Amino acid sequence: MSQPVTQPFIQVRDVSKYFGQFRALDAVSLDIKLGQKLVICGPSGSGKSTLIRCINRLERHEAGEIRIDGIVVDDSPTGRAVLRNNVGMVFQQFNLFPHLTILENLMLGPVRARKMAEADAHDLAMHYLERVRIPEQFSKYPAQLSGGQQQRVAIARALCMAPKIMLFDEPTSALDPEMIAEVLDVIEELADSGMTMICVTHEMGFARQVADMMLFMDHGKIVEMGSPKTFFTAPESDRCKLFLSQILRH
Amino acid sequence: MRFIMSKFWALMPSSLIRLFGLAGLVSLGGCSGNWGWYVVNPATETGRQNLAFLIDGLYYTIGLSVTAICISICLGLLVALPALSNRRAPKAINRIYVELVRAIPILVLILWVYYGLPQVASLSISVFWAGVLALAISDSAFQAEIFRAGIQSIDRGQYEASHSISLNYRDTMRYVILPQAIKRILPALGNQLVYMLKMSSLVSVIGMQELTRRANELVVTEYRPLEIYTVLVLEYLVVILIVSAGVRWLERRLETS
Repeated sequence: MSQPVTQPFIQVRDVSKYFGQFRALDAVSLDIKLGQKLVICGPSGSGKSTLIRCINRLERHEAGEIRIDGIVVDDSPTGRAVLRNNVGMVFQQFNLFPHLTILENLMLGPVRARKMAEADAHDLAMHYLERVRIPEQFSKYPAQLSGGQQQRVAIARALCMAPKIMLFDEPTSALDPEMIAEVLDVIEELADSGMTMICVTHEMGFARQVADMMLFMDHGKIVEMGSPKTFFTAPESDRCKLFLSQILRH
Repeated sequence: MRFIMSKFWALMPSSLIRLFGLAGLVSLGGCSGNWGWYVVNPATETGRQNLAFLIDGLYYTIGLSVTAICISICLGLLVALPALSNRRAPKAINRIYVELVRAIPILVLILWVYYGLPQVASLSISVFWAGVLALAISDSAFQAEIFRAGIQSIDRGQYEASHSISLNYRDTMRYVILPQAIKRILPALGNQLVYMLKMSSLVSVIGMQELTRRANELVVTEYRPLEIYTVLVLEYLVVILIVSAGVRWLERRLETS
């Protein structure tokens, strides 16, 4: 296989983020090419969620620069547009709209933000519901679905906006154990289809399967970065070794 | 429908029935000899006329209150939105409006709007619209606080999810946040309606022919304050207990949906 010679799709340059005195991100730099699957792990409070939330501008970084497709992500119209057209996000708590049916949850973005015709949005929504294997639930409300089903709906909702990159913020951490697999299967399929993704997760089995790059963070810094093979078998830093030994023990 | 109605009546407090019973006992017994129910006795021609005169005030009391609450809800929402901003100036505007309006007694506001505003703005304002305006402004400060609390109770994740599917601020509020917030604050809005029904009695001072004004006028001609004001109390009680029962019924329906 030949390496694609494209520019990095996402460039993170020396990004720092503070919450009051607490330094959540400390001059983080990172490149992601189209088609790459990056898995971020690390102890809680290490800045991994903050990093992807900065990429999606749910948090504002104080220093450094994030570019998507060469365009700086900020509050300017072009900065907003590049986010709107390229980045989808899935949250730990699903964050479905509880007052809307599953179908309405999926159609809201395409119809209101993309100005798509209702009928087209309907077809698009049903297409992605089939892809996450719950088309029969389209008329229900989120509260009537299991956690695993809700998270799959959330994935479908993000996909309806046709993003080039998907961000997953601990997508299985709020799920009962028996529901984790159905969500990970959907994400894995998505990865196989060539979707670029950054996934914050503690599911190391999944990471091994899906990731083509592993990233370990601690105290707002990237401590270790590399292919899954070297990452899991021969991590360089002691901090990462300790973390892996604790997380893989069970 | 029938089932729903029966549930509705089941929510009417038994205290209402008891109160009617008490009023009946006191009057029919006539133990003290000070009661003169003839003035509103539906068996006589004048009694019927007087009673009809009093009860017709309901149109105005309800019309005034419902119009005022509709306006105050819109006004309240408009005032609440700047409070949700992260910037200081919009927040300050909200604070100043709420504090200012809350500091003015409703009665004073009614007088000022009716007698003062036409001079300031050189316009003529009817008694009805002066009353509506004063009640709506006064209530809007409370509505704004209710809306603010309701909107702030919506989880941050709802905004973040809206952001992640590229909804702008207006669409986020309109399709995601407000529908959820309004569902949560409906009981509080119902309570405001009850409050409004009671406060509308103050509009009688500028000559609005609502329940209280009519009772006052009848007292002047008939000299039977005890009976007439008792009828007045019962009128408000019936209207407000029905509205309260309606609010509770709505609350239960929202809980189950």
